[in-house]
Amino acid sequence: MDKIVVEDVWKVFGPSPQKAIEMMSKGHTKTEILEKTKNTIGVANVSFSVKEGEILVVMGLSGSGKSTLVRCLNRLIDPTVGKIYVGDIDITGLTPEQLRKFRLDHLSMVFQNFALFPHRTVLDNVGYGLEIQHVDAAKRREKSMEAIIQVGLKGNEDSYPNQLSGGMQQRVGLARALALDADIMLMDEAFSALDPLIRSDMQDELLQLQEAVQKTIVFISHDLDEALKIGDRIVLMKDGYIVQSGTAEEILTNPADEYVAKFVQDVDMAKVITAESVMLKPKEMAYYETDGPKSALRKMKHSHISGIFVRKEKKLLGYVSADDALEAIKRGDSTLEKVLQADLETVSLDTPAVDIIPLLAHLHYPVPVVDEANRLRGVVIKGSLLAGLAERGTD
Amino acid sequence: MEMYRIPVGAVIEAIIDFLVLHLAVATRAFAVMTSTGISWIVSALTYPPEWMVIAVFAALAWFLSRNWKIGLFTVLGLGLIWNMQLWDPTMSTLALIVVSTLIAIGIGIPIGILAALSEIAYKIITPILDIMQTMPAFVYLIPAIPFFGLGAVGAIFATVVFSVPPCIRLTCLGIKQVPKEMVEAADAFGSSKWQKLFKVQLPVAKTTIIAGVNQTIMLALSMVVIAAMIGARGLGGEVWRAIQRLEMGRGFEAGIGIVIVAIILDRVMQQYGGKGQQAQQEE
Repeated sequence: MDKIVVEDVWKVFGPSPQKAIEMMSKGHTKTEILEKTKNTIGVANVSFSVKEGEILVVMGLSGSGKSTLVRCLNRLIDPTVGKIYVGDIDITGLTPEQLRKFRLDHLSMVFQNFALFPHRTVLDNVGYGLEIQHVDAAKRREKSMEAIIQVGLKGNEDSYPNQLSGGMQQRVGLARALALDADIMLMDEAFSALDPLIRSDMQDELLQLQEAVQKTIVFISHDLDEALKIGDRIVLMKDGYIVQSGTAEEILTNPADEYVAKFVQDVDMAKVITAESVMLKPKEMAYYETDGPKSALRKMKHSHISGIFVRKEKKLLGYVSADDALEAIKRGDSTLEKVLQADLETVSLDTPAVDIIPLLAHLHYPVPVVDEANRLRGVVIKGSLLAGLAERGTD
Repeated sequence: MEMYRIPVGAVIEAIIDFLVLHLAVATRAFAVMTSTGISWIVSALTYPPEWMVIAVFAALAWFLSRNWKIGLFTVLGLGLIWNMQLWDPTMSTLALIVVSTLIAIGIGIPIGILAALSEIAYKIITPILDIMQTMPAFVYLIPAIPFFGLGAVGAIFATVVFSVPPCIRLTCLGIKQVPKEMVEAADAFGSSKWQKLFKVQLPVAKTTIIAGVNQTIMLALSMVVIAAMIGARGLGGEVWRAIQRLEMGRGFEAGIGIVIVAIILDRVMQQYGGKGQQAQQEE
């Protein structure tokens, strides 16, 4: 279900926005418009939607309009034209008082430079949103502490922001947003001011938190790696308009134009390409209920493979190598029970290639790819992985 | 041929006469109230024995600044004033400063807030402040007399007009300097304008606002001698008399008294202004 729908939104800063929009629609560039009409195009004819519980990353270089766009979503900046729906409500039509109420109930925001209040303790910073809703002190404390614990800052609640490191400060910023029951969280370059290691930690933690809280998140970033890591979907912006939107893989493997291609050329494909896109269909499987060592070996010979995955009641059970099957036949076993290797290491459909490579190195069977129900969906072998990487890397 | 003379002075005089005619009732009533207030403060400061007042001031200075050196300086400085037999004039100067500073803050901070939040107000207020600060302070004494009469209240009026601009300017500056993201954060979480002002903008701007108040106090102090010209007593009055009688020693003694009061007030305010942040860092 779409939680946020943005329809044909424009934001023009300057004296004659309508004229600028006309010119832009006729194909004039941003600089031409600025020179002729003194108008700056912030956001140009942008439409997209965000599904409930999804992390959408809006990505672009500075000046691409992404920060302006996210501020349109909570109307810190009023769009010049266009509609923005949150649920069923068109927020562009709200009066100031309705808007204030709406922000209280639905929207929270995390800022690039944290924007913590220096005169308030961590606890009071986190409780700010509740305080202005006149939640009573005991309840406020309880909810704030809950959020502080969620972001791992227990014990720091009485500190002041300037006593904390950058990473910790942004956790406070995150907790301040989480303490509210707002269902939408806007994150404006939330991790950009942090150093790379901390940034990576925070991204992991955000993903973990998201599992628990399931908010609808619009995340602004100029960092493609970040976008690829945390975004369920990505919207790529340039000069105020959307160049491309889609999943990370769609953008990487099928860039819409030169600009996107240039943007993505340095991406480490191994982080992006998933098991699903490089796996092979298993050639043959053995059935635990019906196949004995002999029939298993026959299947292997027939498909020219040196081992076979065994399934039981549609679920992946284990693996039998050709050598072991041969042993079992010599011993006269009638089932695969004794030669079955259970407890296989598996990967899921969305595991990135970078995590599969080490498995390939030490496993003596192909890496099995399974879905949520533990059904075997495919296998990854060295050849298929390398081919997948090479094919997309040289586009 | 005689050149036409634009009647600037005459026009201003007419305006002030008109205002005096219609406002004098109110301003005179205000004058009576204020002078009663001042004489209460002066009585309260001069009734107890001097050493007791010195002890109270020293304790207050230490309490506000958390700095024993400032407390000690207060004891020594006020002791010297007492010894120079300038106690009563010093206390009436102090009363004048306190009252005019309170009035200046009462007027200055709200106007400063207005100037910070409204671009139109800012454009109107700034040139007025420029005029107020460049006009020689003596000039304010003239209309002070018809409105408030001779004496302390007229002096306070002139002092307030002269000393309020930095309070307005720095309040405005302090609020405008609150980082944009912080204001956005307040808005994004659904604060009302008042919540934003009192919970975010004013507290964050506090240090700058206090610096403005400090400057207001210093300007008020610099007005005391000038104010003595329309009959405000106190240390300024001592200096003024010394000038007229060419009593060099007495003049310098009164001058030193003013310097001591200025140093105490300045140091206490500076420490108090910086304390908020310091405490946060040290805790």
